Amino acid sequence: MSNAMLSVESLSAWYGAARILYDLSFEVGRGEVVALMGRNGAGKSTTMKAIMGLIAQRQGKVVFNDADISKLEPYQIARRGLGFTPEDRRIFSDLTVLENLDIGRQPPRQFPDGAPAPLWTPERLFALFPNLAEMQDRPGGRMSGGEQQMLTVARTLMGNPLLVLLDEPSEGVAPLIVEQMANTIVELKKEGLSILLSEQNIHFAQLVSDRVYVLEKGQIQWHGTMAQLSASPDIQRAYLTV
Amino acid sequence: MTLNAFLFQVLNGLSSASGLFLIAAGLSLIFGVTRIVNLAHGSLYMLGTYIAYTFATKIGGVTGFWGGIVATALIVGALGAAIEFVLLRRIYRAPELFQLLATFALVLVINDFALWLWGPTDLLGPRAPGFRGAVEILGRRLPSYDLFLIVIGPLVLLALHLTLTRTRFGRLIRAATQDREMVGALGVNQAVLFTSVFALGAALAGLGGALQIAREPANLATDLIALGDAFVVVVVGGMGSIPGAYLAAVIIAEVKALCVGIGTVDFGFVTINFSKFTLVAEFLVMAIVLIARPYGLLGKAQGAVRSIAEPEEPLRPATPLLKAFGVAVLAVLVCLPLLAQSSPYVLVLGIDVLIAVIFATSLHFIMGPGGMHSFGHAAYFGLGAYGAALLVKWLAWPMGAALVAAPVLAVAGALLFGWFAVRLSGVYLAMLTLAFAQIVWAAVFQWEGFTGGSNGVIGVWPPPPFDKSWVYFLLTLALAVAAVLLLRRFLFAPFGYAMRAGRDSPLRAEAIGIDVKRVHWLGFAIAGLVCGVAGGLFAFAKGSISPETIHINRSIDGLVMVLLGGVQTLTGPIAGASVFALLQDTVMRQTEYWRALMGAIILLLVLTFPQGIVGAFASLWRRMGGRT
Repeated sequence: MSNAMLSVESLSAWYGAARILYDLSFEVGRGEVVALMGRNGAGKSTTMKAIMGLIAQRQGKVVFNDADISKLEPYQIARRGLGFTPEDRRIFSDLTVLENLDIGRQPPRQFPDGAPAPLWTPERLFALFPNLAEMQDRPGGRMSGGEQQMLTVARTLMGNPLLVLLDEPSEGVAPLIVEQMANTIVELKKEGLSILLSEQNIHFAQLVSDRVYVLEKGQIQWHGTMAQLSASPDIQRAYLTV
Repeated sequence: MTLNAFLFQVLNGLSSASGLFLIAAGLSLIFGVTRIVNLAHGSLYMLGTYIAYTFATKIGGVTGFWGGIVATALIVGALGAAIEFVLLRRIYRAPELFQLLATFALVLVINDFALWLWGPTDLLGPRAPGFRGAVEILGRRLPSYDLFLIVIGPLVLLALHLTLTRTRFGRLIRAATQDREMVGALGVNQAVLFTSVFALGAALAGLGGALQIAREPANLATDLIALGDAFVVVVVGGMGSIPGAYLAAVIIAEVKALCVGIGTVDFGFVTINFSKFTLVAEFLVMAIVLIARPYGLLGKAQGAVRSIAEPEEPLRPATPLLKAFGVAVLAVLVCLPLLAQSSPYVLVLGIDVLIAVIFATSLHFIMGPGGMHSFGHAAYFGLGAYGAALLVKWLAWPMGAALVAAPVLAVAGALLFGWFAVRLSGVYLAMLTLAFAQIVWAAVFQWEGFTGGSNGVIGVWPPPPFDKSWVYFLLTLALAVAAVLLLRRFLFAPFGYAMRAGRDSPLRAEAIGIDVKRVHWLGFAIAGLVCGVAGGLFAFAKGSISPETIHINRSIDGLVMVLLGGVQTLTGPIAGASVFALLQDTVMRQTEYWRALMGAIILLLVLTFPQGIVGAFASLWRRMGGRT
């Protein structure tokens, strides 16, 4: 077995009769930050939802932490230590910040080699996201987009995940928050977490990613290291720039 | 009414409010998390009364009464968990209407179970140990048990509030009410959550029912009455809002208590007995609230609920094969008077079936292509039937004129009710249409001088030659064929496309210039018109009508017919109505427990043919390699 934390083999997905993903195969190694890049509609979010078991019509094999999770329910997948932060954030707007965090809470977890996974408490998360610390009792519905983005990441971390699927964390938030998000991802990587990031913004991806898979029309068109992508303006032009 | 008498009625209302609140709170919690409107909630409440009665009389004493009430809540809660586990878990992905149908089947089964176990007579429990006396308040004697009930409501409200805000279980309920899929993606097992919420809601209903034993007898009609009340309370208070449910329970109970308190008032030109208008008053409050605040007093606009059911299949025109089959069936029906000469009952049954077909296709028109789940289609049937019968009775109109007037009256009612209804959607629309139908029913039932009250109208026989059943059969057949063809024409005209576009995506439809509300309003009117024809035919076929004709059961029967056949095809309601009418006539008359049998059949159908009969045949056909 390789040291891949997450390995996806020929993943396909459909919405009704429309096929969205075509036999995607890729890997995320332990402690690695991998970016899934592509334009709007390329299939990035669908890939994440399919891995998470949130799309009923899917095919292919998803192996997480040496176990096949392709037939599991979303809650079972989450309980194995796979965290998911959706691009539309899906904050519980009637619940306060603290209550939102409580919903994500799961018991402590270990990596397969017995090393403990990073253990998150509200206190630690407030240290990571100082803005949230100032609004612990505010209902999720009365937060700005950037604050909600932080909360959705924090809520997922409350489950002490081994790997996080981070769907477009830089979308629609202020530049200052984008920078903070990038710092957070670097922090998480230092803690030993693996991250699969979906991103359109090459500048953001450059700040944090080790490797890149480029998606278009539901297929992987290119993959390589971040440095290789940075050095290939033609690839960027073909698949990323608008 | 003096001030003292008024205040006394207010106290009376408060004690009724507690029971209403308990049942409504459970319904609201269950709906919030599972998105299932549990039609069997009134049945759980009724079971609570019966079970607590058994404890109080068989064991007796303080243990039997108070211990029995607690035990009842636990038993009914466990029953709720079992219902969720065995039945509902299989149909969470089914369309909303199937879930309604499945829980309605439980209403039928539980009712017959209670009939079998406890018998048909009302059972009044003993008085509550410790609360036997009465307290003198404002110069009147109020039973001390009523005071106890007044306190119980706010206590349960407080307990629920603390559970929802201070415990993880409560937070999960609130989170799942908003976005259950996300709760799942965060590692929460929804199945366990759903079962426990269902158990909690059922236990509240059981408790509410059990607390009534010292006040009201256990009665087999309680289930639908309690359900209707709970709907009104939940909708007035706002789906998912527990404080809203209490507020609404108080308002509704007060309005009812005051109606009773006012009693008969002589306005000089007319005398009105307000105590008979409790039902109308209750539903009027609901209609007013829904129009002013469509999401209830303390409810919030619900975000787009992430539907987990498959999207609607497009409606396809019939294949040549199916058309040929239709013509063949029609040919047999035209010849039926000749074929059935030896058994005239076949024709009487045939008339019933055809009227059911008209009724069901008209309901399907707004339900399927219109996407408006009307729970009060009996209203237009009733307007047609009573319109025709009363014109014959009071003005001696001939049958032809009465049969023309029937749909006109029905369409007038549909235009009025529909104007309000199309402003709502989903479960709120269902409740509002139910409310309007109940108002029509209550008006007919309580306006004795004009409608004959519970006796109904008799002697509405068709004149010759229509008094011969074969002639009347052919008349019904002609009208049924005309009705079905008319509705089909509408569906495959631009109007029908606009109606379906409005159903599938109101925003996009408006963006391309369709006035969705107006199209749906007209759809409502067309359905009402056709339904009125069925009502008129019914009155002359039976020779008499009674309020039973337009009871909520008829609305539900209509839903069952449409779902039985399948919502997604136009043949569906025709097949569904025929099967239903035949079943009702043949199987149902064989047993005293026809409700349970009916319920069992519905459950079997829901679990095995979630697309209805016609849908199931269609997919079987596709699987066998045929083309649709």
